[in-house]
Amino acid sequence: MPTITYREAGKLAVQEAMQADPSVWCLGEDLGRGGVFGQYAGLETEFGDDRICSTPISEAAIMGAAVGAAMAGTRPIVEMRFADFALCAIDELVNQAAKARYMFGGQVKVPITVREPMGMWRSSAAQHSQSLEAWYTHIPGLVVVAPSTPADNYGLLSTSIKSDDPVVYMEHKNLWDVSGDVTLGQTLPLGKAHIAKHGGDVSVVTWSAQVHTALEAAEILATEGIEIEVIDLRSLWPWDEDTVAKSLAKTGRLVVCHEAVGVSGFGAEILATISERYFGLLKRPPIRVTAPRIPISYAPNLENEVKVTAKDISNAIRQMD
Amino acid sequence: MPKSNLDISRLKERYHTMLRIRAFEEFAIKAADEKLVLGAIHPSIGQEACAVGVCAALRQDDFLLSTHRGHGHTLAKGADALAMMRELFGREGGICGGKGGSMHIADFSVGMLGANGVVAANINIAAGAAHAAKLLGQDKIAVCIFGDGAINRGPFLEGLNWASAFNLPVLFICEDNQWASTTRSKDVTGGDDPVKRANSLGIKGESVDGNDVMAVEEVTTRMVTEIRAGAGPRLLHAKTYRLLGHTSVDKAAYRPDGEADGKWAECPISRTKDLLIRAGVSESEISKLKADAAAEMNAAFEEAKVSPWPAISDAYSDVQDIGSIKPMDT
Ligand SMILES: Cc1ncc(C[n+]2csc(CCOP(=O)(O)OP(=O)(O)O)c2C)c(N)n1
Repeated sequence: MPTITYREAGKLAVQEAMQADPSVWCLGEDLGRGGVFGQYAGLETEFGDDRICSTPISEAAIMGAAVGAAMAGTRPIVEMRFADFALCAIDELVNQAAKARYMFGGQVKVPITVREPMGMWRSSAAQHSQSLEAWYTHIPGLVVVAPSTPADNYGLLSTSIKSDDPVVYMEHKNLWDVSGDVTLGQTLPLGKAHIAKHGGDVSVVTWSAQVHTALEAAEILATEGIEIEVIDLRSLWPWDEDTVAKSLAKTGRLVVCHEAVGVSGFGAEILATISERYFGLLKRPPIRVTAPRIPISYAPNLENEVKVTAKDISNAIRQMD
Repeated sequence: MPKSNLDISRLKERYHTMLRIRAFEEFAIKAADEKLVLGAIHPSIGQEACAVGVCAALRQDDFLLSTHRGHGHTLAKGADALAMMRELFGREGGICGGKGGSMHIADFSVGMLGANGVVAANINIAAGAAHAAKLLGQDKIAVCIFGDGAINRGPFLEGLNWASAFNLPVLFICEDNQWASTTRSKDVTGGDDPVKRANSLGIKGESVDGNDVMAVEEVTTRMVTEIRAGAGPRLLHAKTYRLLGHTSVDKAAYRPDGEADGKWAECPISRTKDLLIRAGVSESEISKLKADAAAEMNAAFEEAKVSPWPAISDAYSDVQDIGSIKPMDT
């Protein structure tokens, strides 16, 4: 069981998939140099520049070509560099990749894995920091994944590449250097949450880098005798309603925290679903701890304004009584 | 002018396919008028030579990607007319199970990777299909047909540059019917020639009389041979004219009076008929080809009309494998 970084875990998943299946290839800008975060380092040497394809700065073509190449029998891994730039390829993802199978009556599938590094990272400001995962959950046809640990990045990316569905795979830029144990060969199902910490008082549902923030909050609260359960959804579509409901049956208190803007964020969907289907489990009104609806700033003190911190989470939980 | 018997029989075949496309669309328009076809349809009447000439130069396993105005391309590539008609009617047995309609017609079994409801979107997708063929070591090529309006969208730049940079086996065809919806393309297009745009990206191209089916076939055959041999992408600019409105309900009243009138005589079907007559083919033989095409499409129309609607459960199928929902989940 090697201890590796989140970055290396992603690379390992790609490397193993490419070794196992010659139809898997990667396309994106600067991949030959390892990609902007080094998550492809060395892969061009192993697989050649046909399969580690360094492309022009043409996001629409990167995504569109991947759709065509998937229809034509390959399994492309699409690198968008920053999730923000995927917006230059949104027709190709939403109207083409996500719809082709359906509108062509099942004649074809589009097995692409779209890696979209997301989230706040080192004063990256408004165009390099966003968490737009909720947008994709709205689109029928897409699977949406947001791993929080090296083991999850390895296990979920491996499964995503093998999936026949288009997967939006959102790694968090602030997690690249996080280390953890990874069991080789241990892939993970999509749609199955992980209970990152057990507890009987409050169910805290989250994903991606916020899992670590919620775990910090758990430590603070534990000193006060409050035991929260931290549920890492791992994937947002499908999302593991059952695990959340089981936890609520125990706690009766729901908190969702996420890095994204709260308005129309995925927390809204979770609260709505739980209210509609499991209202009877709730002993208190559910709470969202999310970012205000302002762009992300450059100056660190302003950037901090949108950050959901362990303090924010623990404060919110204390107010639940 | 066809000389040999072989030329004449080939021309007759092309003529027949063009007649089939024409008849298919005439019945589709009738069906739209009678509210049997509910969604928009974009007729390619007057543009049949491009579909037929291009597809005659392709193998069945070559990929073809088309546009919202794609009935002709799809039929010429070999798709089944009845399944297409059912699709327009939104019925069971439609080529996409009734889930796509006219703008999403596709037949993967004959390499037809789809019409597209988004102008220019297929340019990048075609580049990708060609990219895959190259990666997999296949000698197939991808052909992407788009309109004159599409060359002003971003994918034209990104897709052509991509194909050029990676030396991909793809043939881009600008089927220039001079109009983009209600706008005359030349009024909103910089420069006067899509071939020059392609040239600036390192792609060779030429223009052809897009209403001359044999000329289209000849130049396409030559380009396809070069592309298959590894010469990289090519662009063909096929000049034609949209005889009807943008959709079946558009009377094209924005066009200067009489603009289209003289164009009917220059349409590929009229021109090919003249050639056949001059080559000695009898009027009665020509009438028979016409009657055959009309009978085939009439039968498709009648059959589509009595085909059942798709099962409601089909609305939930083929969305995705992971995270798909069932009717009761809604
Ligand atoms: C991205 C996009 N913008 C606008 C439209 C609406 N639209 C449909 S067809 C069309 C005109 C296209 O003109 P052209 O590419 O010349 O093809 P033609 O209709 O002449 O065959 C327009 C504007 C669309 N479908 N997609």
